[in-house]
Amino acid sequence: MHIPDGFINIPTASASAALAATGLGYSVRAAREKLDEKAAPLVGLVAVFIFAGQMINFPVAAGTSGHLLGGALAAVLVGPHAASLALTVVLAIQALLFADGGLTALGLNIFNMSIVGVWGGYGAFLVMRKIFRYTRTSVMVGSAVGAFLSVPLAATFFSIQYAIGGAGTFAPSTVFAAMFSTHILIGIGEAIITTLTVGAILKTRPDLVFGMLKVRQ
Amino acid sequence: MKNRRFYLVGIAIALVIAGFLSFYASSSPDGLEKVAIDLGFIDSAKESAVADSALADYGVAGLDNERLSVGIAGVIGVIATGLVMVLLIRLIGKKRN
Repeated sequence: MHIPDGFINIPTASASAALAATGLGYSVRAAREKLDEKAAPLVGLVAVFIFAGQMINFPVAAGTSGHLLGGALAAVLVGPHAASLALTVVLAIQALLFADGGLTALGLNIFNMSIVGVWGGYGAFLVMRKIFRYTRTSVMVGSAVGAFLSVPLAATFFSIQYAIGGAGTFAPSTVFAAMFSTHILIGIGEAIITTLTVGAILKTRPDLVFGMLKVRQ
Repeated sequence: MKNRRFYLVGIAIALVIAGFLSFYASSSPDGLEKVAIDLGFIDSAKESAVADSALADYGVAGLDNERLSVGIAGVIGVIATGLVMVLLIRLIGKKRN
């Protein structure tokens, strides 16, 4: 999922970085109000857990692997604003310390995962939580659906970026079809990990879970 | 579960995943790499400017033991992520009363 340098040209990467920065600025302002002494530690733990989780590539098909994205997971646990910031810290550390994801591609990766992955996953979560009437089950279903959809959604945005500024001359529809079908499979793994993690925290500390606000206890 | 215990268990789980389980991760190309290989644009990837750094590709430079190498890199990553998050939260979070 992490885009290396060279796949997408610099103007497209810069534009994505600018969009991502705008979104993050908004997230910083919104998160500031909510990061009190009770909520803040979980944001840190979520970032650390996502860093660790992203190291675990799981096989999805012959010769293909995937790993946790964590956008929906973070959004359900700490809210979308803090989630965007946590994911961004993870991506920055991966790019700077571990050469995972390019440096010029960092804005592309932040846009696709910290913004699209988080907000896409969170949007689906909100819809499912409403459909299932704000029960504890609705939070679990929402986590699963949000996580599942967030991965092909982020992959779709890579396809869009590639269509705009990709280094190759492949038809956008070809890239999209390949990215989408591969990442649907990875989304299943994403849904499993996210649901297990949210479930474990709901069992131990439901009071800390952002997605449980408005849910009957 | 009490706060202290909850967070200690959480951090311990992250350290075990990054420091131990990471060795067993699949080494197959990920979704994007696989698509790039299949369609034929993997060659347009350029090396990151930090590709030769001490921890590049989740390994400790010069350490031949693969299990130790990825494990130590993972633990360093968890600690670095945690430290940056503490700094960020102090910077933007609500001031203590």
